[in-house]
Amino acid sequence: MYDFAYHKPSSLADAAKILAADPDARAISGGMTLLPALKLRLNKPTAVVDLSGISELRGVKRDGNTIVIGALTKHYEVATSADIKAAIPALAWMASTIGDTQVRNRGTMGGSVANNDPSADYPAALLALGATIQTSKRKISADDFFQGMFATALEAGEIVTAIHIPVPEKAGYAKMKNPASRYSMAGVFVAKGPAGVRVGVNGAGANGAFRASEMEKALGANWSPDAVAGVKMDAGMMNGDIHGSAEYRAHLVSVMAKRAVANAG
Amino acid sequence: MNVVAPFEGIGASVRRKEDLRFLSGRGHYTDDINRPGQAHAYILRSPHAHAAINAIETAAAQAMPGVVAIFTGADLAAIGGLPCGWQIHNKDGSPMAEPKHPVLAEGKVRHVGDPVAVVIAETRQQARDAAEAIAVDYTPLPAVATMQAALAPGAAQMHEAAPGNLCYDWHIGDKAVLDAAFAKAHKVVTFETTNNRLVPNAMEPRAAVGDFDPQSGDYTLYTTSQNPHVIRLLMGAFVLNIPESKLRVVAPDVGGGFGSKIYHYAEEAIVTWAAGRVKRPVKWTADRTESFMSDAHGRDHVSKAELAVDKDGKILGLKVHTYANMGAYLSTFAPCVPTYLYATLLAGVYTTPVIYAEVKAVFTNTVPVDAYRGAGRPEATYLLERLMDVAAAEIGMDRVEFRRKNFIPVDAFPYQTPVALQYDSGNYFATLDAALEAADWKGFEARRAAAKAKGKLRGIGISTYLEACGIAPSAVVGSLGARAGLYEVGTIRVHPTGSVTVLTGTHSHGQGHETTLAQLVADRLGVPIANVDIVHGDTAKVPFGMGTYGSRSLAVGGSAMFKAMDKIIAKGKRIAAHLMEASVEDVEFDRGTFRVAGTDKTKTLTDISLAAYVPHNYPIEEIEPGLEETAFYDPKNFTYPGGCHIAEVEIDTETGKVSMVNFTAVDDVGRVINPMIVEGQVQGGVAQGIGQALLESAVYDADGQLISGSMMDYTMPRADDLAPVSVATHTTLCTHNPLGVKGCGEVGAIGSPPAVINAVVDALKEYGVKHIEMPATPAKIWNIINGGRKAA
Amino acid sequence: MPQVTLTVNGTKHTVEVEARTLLVELLREQLRLTGTHVGCDTSQCGACVVHMGGDSIKACTILAVQCEGADVTTIEGLAKADGTLHPMQEAFREYHALQCGFCTPGMVMSAIDLVNKHPNGLTEQEIREGLEGNICRCTGYHNIVKAIAAAADVMQGRRSELARAAE
Repeated sequence: MYDFAYHKPSSLADAAKILAADPDARAISGGMTLLPALKLRLNKPTAVVDLSGISELRGVKRDGNTIVIGALTKHYEVATSADIKAAIPALAWMASTIGDTQVRNRGTMGGSVANNDPSADYPAALLALGATIQTSKRKISADDFFQGMFATALEAGEIVTAIHIPVPEKAGYAKMKNPASRYSMAGVFVAKGPAGVRVGVNGAGANGAFRASEMEKALGANWSPDAVAGVKMDAGMMNGDIHGSAEYRAHLVSVMAKRAVANAG
Repeated sequence: MNVVAPFEGIGASVRRKEDLRFLSGRGHYTDDINRPGQAHAYILRSPHAHAAINAIETAAAQAMPGVVAIFTGADLAAIGGLPCGWQIHNKDGSPMAEPKHPVLAEGKVRHVGDPVAVVIAETRQQARDAAEAIAVDYTPLPAVATMQAALAPGAAQMHEAAPGNLCYDWHIGDKAVLDAAFAKAHKVVTFETTNNRLVPNAMEPRAAVGDFDPQSGDYTLYTTSQNPHVIRLLMGAFVLNIPESKLRVVAPDVGGGFGSKIYHYAEEAIVTWAAGRVKRPVKWTADRTESFMSDAHGRDHVSKAELAVDKDGKILGLKVHTYANMGAYLSTFAPCVPTYLYATLLAGVYTTPVIYAEVKAVFTNTVPVDAYRGAGRPEATYLLERLMDVAAAEIGMDRVEFRRKNFIPVDAFPYQTPVALQYDSGNYFATLDAALEAADWKGFEARRAAAKAKGKLRGIGISTYLEACGIAPSAVVGSLGARAGLYEVGTIRVHPTGSVTVLTGTHSHGQGHETTLAQLVADRLGVPIANVDIVHGDTAKVPFGMGTYGSRSLAVGGSAMFKAMDKIIAKGKRIAAHLMEASVEDVEFDRGTFRVAGTDKTKTLTDISLAAYVPHNYPIEEIEPGLEETAFYDPKNFTYPGGCHIAEVEIDTETGKVSMVNFTAVDDVGRVINPMIVEGQVQGGVAQGIGQALLESAVYDADGQLISGSMMDYTMPRADDLAPVSVATHTTLCTHNPLGVKGCGEVGAIGSPPAVINAVVDALKEYGVKHIEMPATPAKIWNIINGGRKAA
Repeated sequence: MPQVTLTVNGTKHTVEVEARTLLVELLREQLRLTGTHVGCDTSQCGACVVHMGGDSIKACTILAVQCEGADVTTIEGLAKADGTLHPMQEAFREYHALQCGFCTPGMVMSAIDLVNKHPNGLTEQEIREGLEGNICRCTGYHNIVKAIAAAADVMQGRRSELARAAE
């Protein structure tokens, strides 16, 4: 990779200041997405700002009917948190399927959310759960936050600090992994909660994670696997590559939705 | 000391001697080597599949921090191209097209990854930083990414020396006899298929360290090679013009090869040559991305086969037409793979009386293709064993019975095939029956029904395969175009106090030679394996050798050791006869003890070795001191392992995903020295075969860009892709080597792909599926199921 | 140049590195601990797995400077001072779970973390899925899976070394 300056601020304010001052600086927490890109020299940041020393970004807590997850919470911690397992078991299970053990031991929820990789798992879950993303500046609803492939509402120097998730009545997840990379090729998170019945899809969309409104309608009318299994997705919205055509991914979304509902119970 | 525990000899599952160092992080791989004063090389590679190089501007890069030197093709113009070790002749007797394979591109690049320049710098990162500052002025040319494109009229021409992008047009067999057989056929079954291109992906990326001693003029190359002597020969004689006496090649611990580390690669020549130029050691290590675009790929055939059968299901003849992709240049042994390692295998285990095969080898703007685990034999086996299933279905015969009916009978050995080979031994009925039993073939329909009840499609597939390995003899392969001999060398050095050092010309890169070869010594000379050291991989230590590939190490290398031990025993008997005052004819030897027949007079091997090195009481007039013998062994024939593989799969109809449920292998690998290691070799080979059948594929786009250029897109088999592999052996001995061994390194990769695809096709039979191309990915299967539903 | 202080296999080191230096480069090139390998450049093969604070991580996907104050264990640090192998190393040898040895260090380090995180033992399927981050090209994983199951029994006290050796 190209060389860069390394900063490890201990406060959010300091981190935000460095990032705001230098548009070519990049934040790092677990580094599970950034470092592979840097190693292939796909990215040439002037500075890397390590957020791992900022203690206010840590911790998982239940606050009434909301689960609050600090941005630096690792996937392994999400998967094993007693609070999350009790309140949103589907989210804990999803976290246990992200990448591999070593990714889960380093990668953080905040990093995944801020990066919005189209084949990352969390964005679909946060869309389905009606989560709110807390940043160093403001609160943003998941619907507003995720703006297509690798695109988010984050402004320069703005840092994800925590994720607020209303506890759903039911939720479930299922995905088909890309056979080579093991990232999601089509993953569907379904939830029935305070924000209604919502369905988030990752991996398959041509423009990143999205909500499947037809499926939401079908599930809202009849919460059952069969209700979504029959909803055909538009292949025109899907991504195609050597591992599967857009038509195949469209089909997989229906299958995974069915399985996600079955998993939700 | 000369008392050997019997469990260390032939047939014992001795735990491996080499494991302790690998398990404690003390393995010594090429990238672990760092020479004093070492600089680092980074190779700038072509981003284009086909382009003219107009100019290379290096001045800016020269000025970058840490840069020691930059070299391009112009600097290397005086040295030779990378040689090809096998010359095939066309149907008309003319030699194949053999265009130059420059070490660094000369005027033109011909595949993505073709080396264009090398930067030598103080650190690897600095070298890479500087390489990005080199400006290469390319004029992109139309690329031919597929064989079809390369052979099309008006296609872009890659080499002046290869008109029409054709390397050769070769054939074997008698076409007139075949045509006559086909005229009498009850039915002719036709089958067309592509054998998918694979990337070997040994886990250790290739690496090379060149070292030069200005005082002596000696060069040393440390490299990730399966055959250091071959590299010394090819690089010294054909590329750099360095005599063997001034060039040492060391292949230390090597992290897997599977064929991809047989060949002499440009980077080996670059670091060796550059070390001489900059007068410093130069190190290069590939990153995986480079491996994908510079290691020789495997397979990549497009074939059509026609099988003529009579009304009873007896095979009358086989006709095969194959296009074989050579890639952009001829890799070291590429031309022999689709010819003498492929077409000669088309008889398989069957009594097919006449076979005619023609093979066109084609240049394309892709990475060179060469031998990969099995090399030609998996391609032949896949074609034949899929064809057997297709034919059985077409003539309405049970696929097992169809095979059995055409097996070479047990009493027909030695058996001469119509395609040059003479099989020495085998019992295909025995391996078939054992595999059917072990896989519970009879109980399968119940399992299929149970799976169906869960909404899954289950299938079972079989392949009864044969391979030819330990390629030989030298005189024959020479007449077929090999530019090297294919013998092996073994030295047995019995030290004064009875420990033994073995020098072998084979090379271990996962096969466990340090254990297996020591077992041969333990078994014969009675020396505990703890006191037997196997030395390999260093041309300064080992007299000579051709290395390890084609499952040759035991059959050829082990036999050389056996012959050297013959000489040790013969000499030992003469010394023992002197010491025991007996005649040589009366001295017997068994596992470390010399005995005067019929008496209790004995001498141990240590008594003899001590006498040989301290010749106080010694027949010095008749025998030289010392106890060290070398043998060069040239085999009389190939060896012919064979057997039966059975795969059982289950398909999720909603996603198209195939899960391996079970895999059964019953192989005849000849005499088994270490059953544990044989099992491991078969399991590993089967994993690569399942990988080919279900997961792996090197995909190029029409412009010659490698789409599956990293492990993000090239599906490497992982633990959860595979199922337990049950392995059994059924032995018939090889009749022409002293150990009776046949070889086990490739059988897994040869027998398994057709078994898996036969199982997938079996699972999908209710959809009317007759064939599915490898790899049978979920998307491909879903397309078939989906299409089937639409049609229904 | 940035400086980093970390403990590796019980020994504290302070070294100067470029910011872009990866932990695996620090280990291999500066500390000459060459047991940790690099098999890919896309963070997938797992040949570089080490433990940091007891968790398995890929040493190719972490900057050396991110390891300030960290406690790192590599394959070289597993055996006891007297040379006694860790039960996982022992099981790999016993079950022929390695061939070329290149993926082995990472495989062993991942396997130990896997067992540690499943204190009540593992099914075959859990072992296979738990190895998702490690690629082996030689063994077909069959014997690796067996070795891990056996080592788990020993590590978690379900079976003694003695009982296993007697098999």
